[in-house]
Amino acid sequence: MSDRLAMYIDTSKCMACRGCQVACKQWNDRRGYVPGERETRNTGSYENPLSLDPETWTRITFHELDDGERFQWLFLKEGCMHCTHAACVEVCPTHALKYGPHGIVTYERDLCNGCGYCSQFCPFHVPKLEVINRLTGEAKSSKCVFCQDRTTNGLKPACVKTCPAGALDWGERDGMIAQAQSRVELLRSAQGFAQANVYGETQLGGLGRIYVLTAPPAAYGLPENPKYPVMAAVQKVLQPLGQVAFGGTVLAAITAWIIARRNVRMEEVE
Amino acid sequence: MTNHWVDLKNSDVIMLQGSNAAENHPASFNWIHKAREDRGAKLIVVDPRFTRSAAKADLYAPIRSGTDIAFWGGLMKYIIDNDLYHKEYVVSFTNAANLIHPEYQGPEDLDGLFSGFADDDGDGFGKYDRATWTYQVDAEGKTIRDETLQDPMCVFQLLKQHYARHDLDTVSAITGCPKDKLEQAYALYASTGAPEKTGTILYAMGQTQHTVGSQNVRALAMVQLLLGNIGRPGGGVNALRGESNVQGSTDQGLLAHLLPGYLPIPTTGDPDFTAYVENKTKPGGAWSGGYWANGPKFITSMLKAWWGEHATTENGFAYDYLPKVDSAANHYHIALFEAMLAGGIKGIWIMGQNPAVGGPNARLERLALQQLDWLALNDLFQTETAAFWQAPGVNPAEVKTEVFLLPAADGMEKEGSIVTSGRLIQWRPAVAAAPGEALPDHDIITLVVRKLKELYAADAGPFADPILHLTWEYDGGPTHPVVGDLIDINKVAREMNGYALADLLGPTGAVVAKKGDTLSTFGALTTDGTTACGCWVFGGYVALAPDGEGNTLPASKRRGQKDPSGLGLYPYWGFSWPLNRRIVYNRCSADSAGNRWPGGKDLIWWDANADSGTKDAEGKPVLGKWVGNDVPDFVVTRGPAAAGGNDPFIMRTDGKGGLFAAMNEGPFPTHYEPVESPTGNALYPDRAVNPVIKIFTTNSDQSVGDALGTPDRFPIIATTYRVVEHWQAGGMSRWLEWLAEAQPDMFVELSEELAKEKGVANGQKVKVRSARGEITAVAIVTKRFKPFLINGKTVHEIGMPWHFGWGGGTDAPALATGDAANDLTPHVGDGNTMIPEYKAFLVDLERA
Repeated sequence: MSDRLAMYIDTSKCMACRGCQVACKQWNDRRGYVPGERETRNTGSYENPLSLDPETWTRITFHELDDGERFQWLFLKEGCMHCTHAACVEVCPTHALKYGPHGIVTYERDLCNGCGYCSQFCPFHVPKLEVINRLTGEAKSSKCVFCQDRTTNGLKPACVKTCPAGALDWGERDGMIAQAQSRVELLRSAQGFAQANVYGETQLGGLGRIYVLTAPPAAYGLPENPKYPVMAAVQKVLQPLGQVAFGGTVLAAITAWIIARRNVRMEEVE
Repeated sequence: MTNHWVDLKNSDVIMLQGSNAAENHPASFNWIHKAREDRGAKLIVVDPRFTRSAAKADLYAPIRSGTDIAFWGGLMKYIIDNDLYHKEYVVSFTNAANLIHPEYQGPEDLDGLFSGFADDDGDGFGKYDRATWTYQVDAEGKTIRDETLQDPMCVFQLLKQHYARHDLDTVSAITGCPKDKLEQAYALYASTGAPEKTGTILYAMGQTQHTVGSQNVRALAMVQLLLGNIGRPGGGVNALRGESNVQGSTDQGLLAHLLPGYLPIPTTGDPDFTAYVENKTKPGGAWSGGYWANGPKFITSMLKAWWGEHATTENGFAYDYLPKVDSAANHYHIALFEAMLAGGIKGIWIMGQNPAVGGPNARLERLALQQLDWLALNDLFQTETAAFWQAPGVNPAEVKTEVFLLPAADGMEKEGSIVTSGRLIQWRPAVAAAPGEALPDHDIITLVVRKLKELYAADAGPFADPILHLTWEYDGGPTHPVVGDLIDINKVAREMNGYALADLLGPTGAVVAKKGDTLSTFGALTTDGTTACGCWVFGGYVALAPDGEGNTLPASKRRGQKDPSGLGLYPYWGFSWPLNRRIVYNRCSADSAGNRWPGGKDLIWWDANADSGTKDAEGKPVLGKWVGNDVPDFVVTRGPAAAGGNDPFIMRTDGKGGLFAAMNEGPFPTHYEPVESPTGNALYPDRAVNPVIKIFTTNSDQSVGDALGTPDRFPIIATTYRVVEHWQAGGMSRWLEWLAEAQPDMFVELSEELAKEKGVANGQKVKVRSARGEITAVAIVTKRFKPFLINGKTVHEIGMPWHFGWGGGTDAPALATGDAANDLTPHVGDGNTMIPEYKAFLVDLERA
């Protein structure tokens, strides 16, 4: 049996109280509304912030679905999926993103050079770049790490601990999958959700989030069959070449400098 | 709640009406989900808007705001017509069989009125003489009952006739609820009338904040009586309280008409102690029967708690120290602000309230605040009320009011007890230090009391005794670096709990409590001044009690986690008033012979062979007592066959559940339209609105005044509500960055159909206007609001949260700001309680 841990997210029980969104900010010391710096605006929805960002590692998205059968107001807890085949890990040139214990995709801030590849290649658009210095353009990536400090010490992630509806759980991935499957069966047989399904079991080799959905993934804005991006694979091949190329660039620059200096001296002589 | 939060797991059908528990009581869903998962329970949500609660429901039924009585009336008709009521329960435990005065007439006979109406000034509003709303009695004064329920004057038949016209078509036309949804909701909920099943109704301000709010609650309580759902696990009439510890504040009498423990406030009609007690205990008085017959013990002990040795038999236990309310006057919130506006109030002290945003017709209430000489507030931030003089459009230089903002500690920064909606009292420690000079409210009050006593001692003046003699012996708390000695809140708790002032003797002459003992029950209270008790319903809550795990500690501090019955009663966790009863009226959990109902939800039952603990005249043990899993809410030795053995509603004079019960508008709830409504009353065309309410007309022709709107100018229904991200008028949430971020702006929700009609796109700003004012908000165009078909006409309804305000003081304004929805709501209240009609009024809307 694998020691992989996963988060169970039952959207049929979630009532979008957003306790998870706030608990995450509290535990991980993230900012909220800061006048003049980080302001949100209502743009015609309860959803806010409008996307994940460096200060928002999880949030609830809202979707109104009227499929003619049953009107549903769907709530999805968004955040890093901790994929088995994680594009972000593969493309990270500095190994700031790594496959850590229990299947957690870990992040080491000190190693991050802010290249932004993780953000670019994630099929779920999760990692976000935080600009540290506007002048130099220095940036750092940022995302949910399953409260690694808590979960590697036997605690549940902050969001799971706070959920008042029992919509979130944390444990051995196999167990979370079994729980999701039996819940889906109940939703189909007893609660009239013919389209209830488990999401995350197989996608990208298996996700670290196991969702119970009451409508097709697309209704939540989730890719039905997320693909490991081709360009990420290319990137993985290119990176070592890139390092070689970078060396070439430096060599060329030094040569150019020497030549230029010689030219300047010659001018001085003349 | 007659029941409690954990008990939701025992329900077969859960009905949310006038409550959005998913947003306002999220923790409830833990138990609602459990009931659905473990026992296949169904969830019905009835609401004008598809809420986050509706998103979790098995069945959602939309109804227009202000038509709940029509909905409940239709349900009662459905239950009776289809023979789905719980017959044994109805016959044995309610007043269904009682015969009513032969001259009684109802609205079906009198075009929307009951017999006894008097409209002295002809304005259409008046008062009732309740002489015909009484039971028929025989020569011995006993109520005449027909347990076949066939007599045309029995309550059951009158009830049937009262709602005879509430068929599905009529109710659908009034409420706008599609007929199929209505029928599905009725059929599903009525299924709980089966003896083995129970259903619970959860309600909140969506039921109460109407001009017929009290009658809305009466109506749903009647449904629960018909279905046999009160006093049983998984059932109940369950008010989800709107604020942490608002249950506790109600218990402590923070209302205009009550003293602590629900004792009636003395009025000018009760000039002295003897008159007060006589008026309450005489036939028809509040304490004329049932357990309330003990009322004199409770008031005496309260007076002893307040004035100690100065409360003596000779001086009527210092009753004269209590202020007397002019019985004709109205001292509720709306009337208070009307009086303030008229210049009749010099100063006001507000704690934990933000009426500049949260009050009805908030512009008028802000204008009223300007008439004060002084305003003191305990609050966490400089709320809109604290800074009303900085409101948009107000010139601070023209405001004479002097404002004192006293920094208050947050709930987590103070020790004390919190009472949940389920009457569970839990003691909590302070878990953080309050910043700077911020203090718990009880310490702020103490500083004022100490100063008052000092000033009165120096210069007594007239009538100084109520202050000078007031007991305030709570010293011994922590020392604050700035303000000095604080009080020990445990000593306040002991006073509320009750203690013996002398050795108390039981019926056999043995000492049951020694002088100084903290009492474990309000049953020990006396009328002779030998006990002190500040709030009788709390009796026993800090008395020592076992926690089931080998420890003994003050009852409300217990955290024992045993649940022997598996019903979620958790009898060793905290203390549930009264007397640690987890479900009140629990005599109803057994049938008329005292046996358990089928279904396995066994709460209490009669054991004929159990030793009652008492002995008869010959010294032999008397057998028979109520036993089981909860503390019986009944005389423990009174068997089902004894006199009164089937009278479970012990707080009522006759002990029967009141299907027929006098309220200001009549003994049965009747549909009246909200004061502002887009339609006439389809049932009683000549009686549009509740005939016993008070209409205020202050400055009704001016820009800030008590104007009412009509549907020709304001054709759209509006309602107000809360969202999970904010708290009440925002004083505890709009200043917090995580919550402000999640819900930053004032918004209005409207249907796609109305948006199209008005040319409004999602996210655009709109103006919403009522007869009281105009506000701007962001439009959320949604499928979750749908137009209603009302009496043949399409009517739109919109909704707005009432959390927002301009931001309060300019030094440190709120992060989330916006116009206040209550700038639009009317200054009109319920016919019994005066709670404002926040939930249904008229507006118009256009693109900003």
